[in-house]
Amino acid sequence: MALLQIAEPGESSAPHQHRLAVGIDLGTTNSLVATVRSGLAVVLSDELGRPLLPSVVRYMPDGQTEVGYDAQTRQALDPRNTIVSVKRFMGRGLADISNREGMPYRFDDAPGMLRLHTVAGLKSPVEVSAEILRNLRLRAEASLGGALLGAVITVPAYFDDAQRQATKDAARLAGLPVLRLLNEPTAAAIAYGLDNAAEGVYAVYDLGGGTFDISILRLSRGIFEVLATGGDSALGGDDFDHRIFCWILETAGLKPLSVEDARVLLTRAREAKEYLTFHGVAPISARLDSGEIVDLTLSTEIFSEITQTLVAKTMQPVKKALRDAGLSVADVKGVVMVGGATRMPQVQRAVGDFFRQDPLNNLDPDKVVAIGAAKQANLLAGNGAAGDDWLLLDVIPLSLGIETMGGLVEKIIPRNATIPTARAQEFTTFRDGQTALAVHVVQGERELVGDCRSLARFELRGIPPMVAGAARVRVTFQVDADGLLAVTAREKTSGVEASIVVKPSYGLSDDEIAEMLKDSLQHVRDDALQRALREAQIDAERLLEAVRAALVGDGELLSADERARIDADIGKLQAATRGDNRRQIVLAMDDLEADTKDFAARRMDKSIRRAFAGRRISELDSDTTIAHTGEAT
Amino acid sequence: MAVTLSERAARHVANYMVKRGKGIGLRLGVRTSGCSGMAYKLEFADIARPDDIEFESHGVKVLIDPKSFPYLDGTELDYAREGLNEGFRFNNPNVKDACGCGESFNV
Repeated sequence: MALLQIAEPGESSAPHQHRLAVGIDLGTTNSLVATVRSGLAVVLSDELGRPLLPSVVRYMPDGQTEVGYDAQTRQALDPRNTIVSVKRFMGRGLADISNREGMPYRFDDAPGMLRLHTVAGLKSPVEVSAEILRNLRLRAEASLGGALLGAVITVPAYFDDAQRQATKDAARLAGLPVLRLLNEPTAAAIAYGLDNAAEGVYAVYDLGGGTFDISILRLSRGIFEVLATGGDSALGGDDFDHRIFCWILETAGLKPLSVEDARVLLTRAREAKEYLTFHGVAPISARLDSGEIVDLTLSTEIFSEITQTLVAKTMQPVKKALRDAGLSVADVKGVVMVGGATRMPQVQRAVGDFFRQDPLNNLDPDKVVAIGAAKQANLLAGNGAAGDDWLLLDVIPLSLGIETMGGLVEKIIPRNATIPTARAQEFTTFRDGQTALAVHVVQGERELVGDCRSLARFELRGIPPMVAGAARVRVTFQVDADGLLAVTAREKTSGVEASIVVKPSYGLSDDEIAEMLKDSLQHVRDDALQRALREAQIDAERLLEAVRAALVGDGELLSADERARIDADIGKLQAATRGDNRRQIVLAMDDLEADTKDFAARRMDKSIRRAFAGRRISELDSDTTIAHTGEAT
Repeated sequence: MAVTLSERAARHVANYMVKRGKGIGLRLGVRTSGCSGMAYKLEFADIARPDDIEFESHGVKVLIDPKSFPYLDGTELDYAREGLNEGFRFNNPNVKDACGCGESFNV
């Protein structure tokens, strides 16, 4: 006999038509699956009642896999085939992984995303993640008694298109329909914000096992907006364990340890850390293989002291994120704590002191993201009660734009724009008779293409030959609810169109995003000067191009004297363009323009005569340079 | 006769009600549908209707519409766990046969 759940009034589903949906927190260290049951979001535990699934996958020679705790316990015995923290590799090329010397894996530099050599063959991070997701799917199906309609899977707010796409691919591989990808801080806010129906600006402080993220969100009239994100991808609860470990070594005066002894002490360190959350002092005792006996007592005071720098380290990104959002501490109405490491009293205290308020911590910090995702999944599956149809907006982590003349970036969708969104801008051709346009899609905050991340390239061909600047090419950027980008270019007079869905071969690492944001702030002035210089250079080239074309076509209209003066001006302008003095370029351009004024008038007369004679202007060589019309549509 | 809740079921209902933050009790009912003719309705109740038949069991108010009552009379609502799955189960003496999954039934 089937087991039933309590529905909202009037919402009982017909038999065999349960819309089972789950929320999945696919974490770097641990993953969870949650669902809404009888109106209450709950995390689904495994057969042994354990809510967490360690995000660890071990490959065996027969192609079988172990996932979770089993894989974790064998990690030390079989490190090469036991993949931990695979989330760091999602949508990443080998070049994106910074500290790979410290990892036991054998990497393969496949195009797009790296691969890992295992005893069961070459595995991509997508496949490894799929094993974790498959395990959670089976757990959910066993818990809910049926096949799932779909899942909401959470990702860090700063995940770029490549990483989001990789996450979706992993879900598909795991046989799990994705209802939506949801930003982790947004999920945490859903878990708290909607239950408590509170509006305003919130900070989500997420200190996990190995990563730290801070997000500033605004909740208003049921709409969530991520205002800013920041963090440290190499800072987490494990670092606190390590500080205790070092303290034990130092206090007990231990010599270098065997691998086995080190593992025992690290475990004791973690236990002590957890014990101190509820007690003033923690006993630490262990008998080592070397025969030495460790018997120490760690007090809360000492623990706070030895981890003070770690806690302080989390506050830098917090300040920066607030600055990014243009807010001060006083604007923050509430602080949501996420991640097991936020249970530590000194972390709670530091966050409370900084924001001058007690952080929200009445939900289990390990489960809060999964719970928010489950609520969202429940809603998307159509199980929500009336009046629960709130919108959900996420944002673009870094600006999206295209390359224009001279390697400049024209931003089309700015950073922190809410998604889904579509924006268009009009561009035109740079040369007469240009029949193709190269569209280069980039992501980043800097003004020059070289400083941003290249996402994709495509060409719009078949533009009818026209004079430079006459073509009207509308470039549309569309970002769907999952944060995936589609770019379309369409020439308006002819209707020719080309488009691309960005499944970028490479994404940006968290560090790179942080670095690029930092760069953009530090380089605002540099970039503005660079941009002005580039623009002057482009204008100069455009002028030179026009004059040269005119000289080729109508050079006979000039006297030798005039021609010599113009040639000298051209020489001067060319020289100035190669330099980096914007003023010199502008002055040289003025000279050339002044000396070609009469020439232009004479050409105009001639072309009018020619037009009446019905002659055609021959097509010039076409190229694909894109010019900016300066008008946004 | 009456409709009752097992102690365990009542405890779960009370817990859900507290978390939900509103509601006066539980509404049980049947409707015609499903592969064997009838299906159960199990919902939170926010309002009582004038002709509702009311019971109180382990502190939980149970509301049943008069048309459904004959099919439910004598039922005990229990809370059960089957492997990882858990939820409510109708122990209904009126049921003659049920479909394989038990989501719908015949009297």
